[in-house]
Amino acid sequence: MTGDLLRDITQIGLVRKLGVPRIPVLRRYEPGAPLLDGPALVGVIGAGRFAEPIRALLTAAGVADAGDEGRIAAVVLDASAVRTIDELAGVQQFLTPTMRRLQPCGRVLLIAPEPDPADPEAAAVAQAFDGLVRSIGKELRAGATANLLVTTAETDPAALDPSVRFFLSARSAYVDGQVVHVGPPVGRAVDPAAAGDPAPADEPLSGRVALVTGAARGIGAAVAETLARDGATVVAIDVPAAGDALAKVANEIGGTALQLDITAPDAPQRIVAHLEERHGRVDVVVHNAGITRDKLLANMTADRWNAVLAVNLRAQLAINAALGEVLSDTARIVCVASTSGIAGNRGQTNYAASKAGVIGMVRALAPQLAPRGVTINAVAPGFIETEMTAKMPVATREAGRRINSLRQGGLPVDVAETIAWLARADNGGVTGQVVRVCGQSWLGA
Amino acid sequence: MTSVRRAAVIGGNRIPFARSNGAYAEASNLDMLTAALDGLAARFGLAGVEVGEVAGGAVLKHSRDRDLTREAVLGSSLAPTTPAYDVAQACGTGLETVVLVANKIALGQIESGIAAGVDSASDAPVALNDDLRRVLMKLNGAKNLQQRIAALAGLRPGQIVPELPRNAEPRTGLSMGEHAAITALEWGITREEQDELAVASHRNLAAAYDRGFFDDLVTPFLGLSRDSTLRADTSVEKLAKLKPVFGTRGKNAAAATMTAGNSTPLTDGAATVLLGSDEWAAERRLPVLAHVVDAQTAAVDFVHGEDGLLTAPVFAMPKLLARNGLTFADIDFFEIHEAFASTVLATLKAWEDPAFAEERLGLDAPLGPIDRSKLNVTGSSLATGHPFAATGGRITATLAKLLHEKGPGSKGVISICAAGGQGVVALLEGA
Ligand SMILES: NC(=O)c1ccc[n+]([C@@H]2O[C@H](COP(=O)([O-])OP(=O)(O)OC[C@H]3O[C@@H](n4cnc5c(N)ncnc54)[C@H](O)[C@@H]3O)[C@@H](O)[C@H]2O)c1
Repeated sequence: MTGDLLRDITQIGLVRKLGVPRIPVLRRYEPGAPLLDGPALVGVIGAGRFAEPIRALLTAAGVADAGDEGRIAAVVLDASAVRTIDELAGVQQFLTPTMRRLQPCGRVLLIAPEPDPADPEAAAVAQAFDGLVRSIGKELRAGATANLLVTTAETDPAALDPSVRFFLSARSAYVDGQVVHVGPPVGRAVDPAAAGDPAPADEPLSGRVALVTGAARGIGAAVAETLARDGATVVAIDVPAAGDALAKVANEIGGTALQLDITAPDAPQRIVAHLEERHGRVDVVVHNAGITRDKLLANMTADRWNAVLAVNLRAQLAINAALGEVLSDTARIVCVASTSGIAGNRGQTNYAASKAGVIGMVRALAPQLAPRGVTINAVAPGFIETEMTAKMPVATREAGRRINSLRQGGLPVDVAETIAWLARADNGGVTGQVVRVCGQSWLGA
Repeated sequence: MTSVRRAAVIGGNRIPFARSNGAYAEASNLDMLTAALDGLAARFGLAGVEVGEVAGGAVLKHSRDRDLTREAVLGSSLAPTTPAYDVAQACGTGLETVVLVANKIALGQIESGIAAGVDSASDAPVALNDDLRRVLMKLNGAKNLQQRIAALAGLRPGQIVPELPRNAEPRTGLSMGEHAAITALEWGITREEQDELAVASHRNLAAAYDRGFFDDLVTPFLGLSRDSTLRADTSVEKLAKLKPVFGTRGKNAAAATMTAGNSTPLTDGAATVLLGSDEWAAERRLPVLAHVVDAQTAAVDFVHGEDGLLTAPVFAMPKLLARNGLTFADIDFFEIHEAFASTVLATLKAWEDPAFAEERLGLDAPLGPIDRSKLNVTGSSLATGHPFAATGGRITATLAKLLHEKGPGSKGVISICAAGGQGVVALLEGA
């Protein structure tokens, strides 16, 4: 149930005959579902190193090769070796015939090089992929998405695996038009033999301890449920006043509830003491708790300003600073930002400042944490169907839902799936990134 | 049976207590107890976990509440294979469940257990009047139409008047408040000191909420996140305006001191305490806040004898201290249940009184005065309210946390008076 009446109406045959375009019902992940519900086409331009491992990954996952004809569930193009405008033309020639073959909720995933500052043409071509992928996203229909992975010469093909899986699968339903850099894994190189058994495919977070703030409802509750579904043990935090809802979430997923206000001066110490005592470490930290106190800047009060900055930014900084040794050596920190923090939003100077601040914090901390093997990323949700958005005036809500490539709002689980991907121990190559979960919103694209 | 060990208090959970016919007017004992257990399960990761046992109870029980605690377990997120049983010792029920579970852990019969209590004064059982009940039982037993008609012929209009549960002693017909008023008069407890104690209770409770003390002891329920009886802004001046409500008849009416402000209101709520062996706690990486060292019950003959209804703890405490070689000087926290402010004050006076010590307690010297700054430091029943069977669990978890904050070896005592002239006291040591 999304409460999206228009989307439901457009599924009706008669309505579609009237020429109303169908609002797609997105494919979403269910445990045990196949990676793709159809064959895939994997292409490579020049000496790309990633196509072969990706083909192997798909074969292992039971995905057939699409060949030259028929519908395709996903197109992957390894363009990581493309450096010239002529080679870029090859990208167009490969992609063009695939566009009409793409089935509903299909996937286009491009792999491009990092811009090379020493070679203006290569740098220009690398940057060209941004425009290309975002335009593909806007051309695709029926719930299909297009995303871009940017690699460097040091990117280990294995480091790409979790991202390839995520962007091809139904887990990335509402992630569209995104550009993600995948570098060499952070921290010391781990000897695969010493690393122990890899997590089982259906429980990629098995054995991991996750902390989720603001977990009593909305996106936070979905994050807690999704991380637990993927095998994590979850410590769910929310304010004491939300304790009953929090207890329900915790009991349903076999996790624990920790009632505290993250803005309390002793909150960081209490969180760390709790993690040390109960688990001895933390592997995943999700800073999700957030509030809005909207007012035009002309009417803004210090109270409203400070309350938003305290919850959305100051608490995240304070907790990150306190985590220290309790962070495990494959820890993943994910901070929930917002598209408002990227695009700005009327009436949300305080909120947008706090969320842009989160992005700044992530970029500053990523290089500091990398030597320890820890990544930190931001996830920026767009319009997500929650209690918060259900309370918006109808017109604003309807506009918010439609102004994106998928022409609908996302679900809390869409944000949660994105966080679960960033939380994986084997996803050490993605850090300092801002991933939007916005259906490729037109705002601040 | 193996060796005796001390049971650990791991933590607790209660729902905020609500003035009767307030936030929980529509909630049953079962609803409240289940919610309190679920909050405990969430705090300690017990969803789906089989605990050694759950001992619980309620003072006011419906006939449908047979095996109330077991039903609550079945409705909770605990493993359905967790055994449970009901206990009843009036207002001592809650603390008695702690003693029972702790003793089984001490003896090695179980590794973990939950002590619990609940009461609703809003959803109190209303029984059929005894005459009507007899008619209906006869009707139920009737074998044919004739017998049925004969049974129905026994119906009288007066039988429709239901039996409301009364807060009165069956043997004296006096309410608990009236009993307490007699004791207050006997010990010369003044209005001022009662009001001061009430104000301290409210202030201490409010301050404890404000510093987040209850963040890991209370889980909200039905929209309530703090005890609804709590009046953070109350003052001796405000309380002085209230009219006495107990001891207002008879020759001593002019000396009545007990008001709605210094007596505990009827309340709804539930509380739970998680206990376990140190090993069980360590295996699950759960904290040990304190250990249950010892407990003592006592009863007085308030019907024919000279003792007040709520004075049994006066007799239990010296036994407990003596058995453990302790004096009041060794105690860091005193948790004395505030059924009425006058009850607490009369209890303290009795412990300070040399003649009483010698004649009634058989002691050479009185237990002595206690340092008031160690009494009910995070508030007690006057401020939280007192859902009868839930009070013991509330106090045990609170005291265990206070002792843990104070540090290993710190000591605290709990004293709870109960209807029927009974009392339960316990000794906890910080871990
Ligand atoms: N819903 C959207 O469309 C949307 C869009 C962009 C970003 N976001 C962000 O996603 C996050 C979750 O949003 P939501 O829609 O689920 O909101 P929500 O209001 O439904 O949930 C937020 C939760 O955080 C908790 N919380 C608030 N202050 C807290 C504090 N001081 N300490 C502990 N917990 C606290 C709340 O009690 C609540 O349970 C927020 O950071 C929000 O800014 C949401």
